This record gives sequence, C-alpha cells and structure tokens, in this order.
Amino acid sequence: MSLTNERIQQRLTEKFGDVLTGFEEPFGLLTFTAQKDYNLKVMQFLFDDEELRFRFLTDVTAVHYPERKGEELAVVYHLHNFQDNVRMRLKVFAPVAAPQVFTATRLFESANWMERETYDFFGIDFVGHPNLKRILNVDEMEYFPMRKEFPLEDSMRIDKDDEMFGRGGNI
Amino acid sequence: MLEQKQHIKLPEGSIEKDTTTLNLGPTHPATHGVFQNILEIDGERIVSAESTVGYIHRAFEKIAERRPYYQITPLTDRLNYCSAPINNMGWHLTVEKLLGVETPKRVDYMRVIIMELARIADHLICSAVMGVDTGALTGFVYLMTYRELIYEIYEEICGSRLTTNIGRVGGFERNFTPAAFQKIERFLAEFPAVLKEFETMLTRNRIFMERTQGVGGISAERAMSYGFTGPNLRAAGVDYDVRIASPYSSYQDFDFAVPVGTTGDSYDRYLVRNAEMWESISIVRQAMEKLKGLPGDIYHADVPAYYLPDKKDVYTKMEALIYHFKIVMGESEILPGEIYNAVEGANGELGFYLISDGGRSPYRLHFRRPCFIYYQAYPELVKGAMLSDAIVCMSSLNLIAGELDA
Repeated sequence: MSLTNERIQQRLTEKFGDVLTGFEEPFGLLTFTAQKDYNLKVMQFLFDDEELRFRFLTDVTAVHYPERKGEELAVVYHLHNFQDNVRMRLKVFAPVAAPQVFTATRLFESANWMERETYDFFGIDFVGHPNLKRILNVDEMEYFPMRKEFPLEDSMRIDKDDEMFGRGGNI
Repeated sequence: MLEQKQHIKLPEGSIEKDTTTLNLGPTHPATHGVFQNILEIDGERIVSAESTVGYIHRAFEKIAERRPYYQITPLTDRLNYCSAPINNMGWHLTVEKLLGVETPKRVDYMRVIIMELARIADHLICSAVMGVDTGALTGFVYLMTYRELIYEIYEEICGSRLTTNIGRVGGFERNFTPAAFQKIERFLAEFPAVLKEFETMLTRNRIFMERTQGVGGISAERAMSYGFTGPNLRAAGVDYDVRIASPYSSYQDFDFAVPVGTTGDSYDRYLVRNAEMWESISIVRQAMEKLKGLPGDIYHADVPAYYLPDKKDVYTKMEALIYHFKIVMGESEILPGEIYNAVEGANGELGFYLISDGGRSPYRLHFRRPCFIYYQAYPELVKGAMLSDAIVCMSSLNLIAGELDA
C-alpha cells in the first residue's frame, strides 16, 4: 500500500496541528505551509517517521512576493520519499525585514549549497548554516538580485521613443 | 620564515610536514570547464579541498522572468549543453503540464528518440573523457565521430547541432524527414559495434581500472544525503530513475533496465554510464519500431493557442496569423499555477519549478540542476586521494559548467 497525500496530511496534522496550514494539491503534489520556526521540526519528523520516510531533499529555493506584507519571502522545499515514490512541497514564509530561517544542513548535506544559492539570490539568512556566503555572484554584491525590486528591462515595454528610430511616435 | 626553518634542528628520522595550497582551475585544461578547486595537498595527497563555482553564472532564472514561454527554450539549451535536447523537452513537458496540453503518441515516441540520442551523446563524451584523463586519447578521438552522427541527426531535424532549440510546446516544429530516419537507422546500425570496441579497449584495461577503482567512492546513504541523482546515484546502488519513478513522454511503454552499481566509485560510474548507453540504444530501437505502426503526418498536438502555426499558413490564413501574433506577443491565455516537473537528464534529475501568475512570463522559474547539487560532495570524494585522482573523480561525476552555474 503506497503512501497517499491524504495519509501524509493526516499524519502531519495529528503531529503538528495548527502549525501547518494551506494544504493543497496543485498538479497532484501535496503542498503546505509551516510556521517559520517549525520548518526543521517538520522536516525532521518527515525524515524520521517510519511511515513517511521523506529522506531525499530534491530542491530548496525561494520566491519573493512583494505585495504580501509581513511574509514577503517564501522558502520552498521539495522533498521526496524514494521507497513509496511520493513527492511533497513545504513552504515557509518569512518577512523581508527579518529573513531568518533555520538551516536544513544538519539533516541533508545537499541543503548546503542550495541554501547558499537561496541566500545569494534572495537574502534569506539561514540560521546555523556552516558557510553562508554568496555562491554564484561576487562577494562584493550588496543586494539580492532575484528580488522583485530589481526588474529586468522588458523587451515589450511601451515607453520606447520611436522618434529616435525614424518612425515618428510619441512617448 | 624560510631561513628560520632551515636552522631548526629536527629530531632524527622526522620529516618536515608542510601542506601546499594548490588552485586547480578555474581554467585548468583538466577540469573540463570553469570551476575552481582549492586543494590543500601534502605531497601529492589531498588533505582538504574547497570547491567554488559561479564563474559563468548568467542569471537565467532572472532572465526567464521577463520572457514569454517560447523564448525560455534557448535558455534551457545552455544548461547542460552536452545534451541540450533533454533540457528542451523537460521544459516543454513542464509547460505542457501547466497548460494541460496532451501530446499524441507519435510525438512522445519522437521525443523519446531525441532524448535517448542526447543521453548517448552525453555519456559518450563523459566516458571517453574519463579515458583521456587516465591517459588514453584514442577512445575519445574514436567516439567523437559518433557524437558527430548524433549531431547530424539533430541538424536534419531542426537545423542546428549543439544548442538545438528542438521541439515546441505540443510537439516538434516540423516532422522528421525521411533523411532523419535514415540517419537514425544508420546510427543504430553502426554504433553498437563501436561502443563494444570502446568497452573492449577501456573496461578491462589494467591502467584504467587501477586509476578509477576505489577513487571517489561514496556510500548509498551519503549519496542520498548529498542529493545525488542519475548515474552517480545509481553507481552507489540506488536504482532511482525518473523515467521509471514518474514516467513522462510515454516512457512506460518501453522495456528497459536500470543499471545499478555497488561501490559508487569512478569505475562504477563509468560502468553504469556504459550500460545506460546500451539501454538507450534499445529504447531508440523500440521507439523506431513503434513509430512504424503510427500515421506519419502527426508531429504536434492540435493546440492552436499554444503551438506556433506553420509559416506558410501565417501568410495565407487569417486564423493562423492571429494565433501566431498572440503566441509571439505572449498574449495566449496561461492559467496561474505552481508546478514541479522533473525529467531524467543525462546526469541526474533535472527539475523545473515554475510558478505562473497568469502573466506572459513565469513569475518564478527555478532549475533544479543535478550538477550543482552533487558537486558539493567533491571535497569529501577527493579527501585523502592523490592529486591525479581528483581529475578522474571530477570527470567521472560528469560536471557541466553551464548547468552548474546556470
């Protein structure tokens, strides 16, 4: 009998109750949100539990939602249970003013660089990370380039002055 | 300091122990790409190592936030450029899942052919380069000819060779020509003998075995903890393959084995890759057989809102012109959603994490690049090994700088 999303949700709510919210299944993948300080506890439980066995960390990344006040940054973990072949997604929201989230490096070696990358791009401060410094960008950088306040130029923008290109037009 | 040391009288029989710091890379001829390894060596033995990456970081994830879905395909080409078609297909499969596009069977099989050929091309180079790194250039020069054949197949199908931009949302840009099928048949006829010869040359070669066995070994538990996937994880004895675990593009219709190693060292990684090439040949054969039973004129799904119409129709039919305009200007309807989709890339699980807010470009796109994730195990793999083992270990991991840095 393989593990179903309902069963995982049931086990998790039994154990953590109100800490976990927003259960949904976009495209069949169980997704939920944990309170910021509980990310490690939830992952540890998912790792240790003999029934759940989520022992492979597929991916760590973050998303920036500037319009959500007080929870602008979302850290997204993708976990995988190899035995039952089930994936799930765990989200943790942190305010951009205090982006402290516990590191998962004690649990998964693979979290090390993925968290460094997330820090590099979004500025999430992984508390307890052994070597939290930039990985893909240069050390002297003072901002976090994947945040939405640094937009790229839009190739379809409408403010282009066509007059400069011999086509009349207006600004 | 140096002078002072010469004056120190060491006790009888002792050897002065001093370690040297050696920068292997960023552009070292033996590192196959721009990554730096700072090695602390004692004589020729590696005491500790630190890897640094980011030398060719091009901010693809950021660029993707301003591009319509079609224009992201060329970005994915440049991740693992040794097997670019797999990245393309992975991206299109993700977008199709988001848009709810169903592809016909013939498209699936054509995709399988392209993906497996790309896998062969990637493994071929990796295995051959391992030979080079242990001092045997012949295999590399010999096998290059056959990678060329694969590139000719791509060229026949889409007009380009390395960064192919092959495929579209819903299928392919154009049908495979009879010449393309002939080239695939020719490859299938010629390549097995070549691969056999290559294996005869290297697999039981005494020098090769001694240089690779026991080098960079990792246990299954450590490999899992480090997030290894693909041949590197399978060499450690875990039979995890995305093609089996969560089949995409009709992989469930094919009969193939997943080769698994035991020790997880460089030699096992080489063996797993070679065995995988045989499986890929078999998959391409099966797909060619299956294609014969299907009508030959379907090469894309019937989704005018997402699939770019034929250029001829754009010039002559109003409807095609409208759809073309809408797709190119990024105005076709895309529903909000959040999706993680993975394919078995040539060196591991290549995942696409895509968040759409309904706009013309992704709100957030993240590539789960297998190289990036398992390169961090490198210091542990080479600790205590010889300096020359560090090179073999690196090439056996099949690190591709483009994928590492994205």
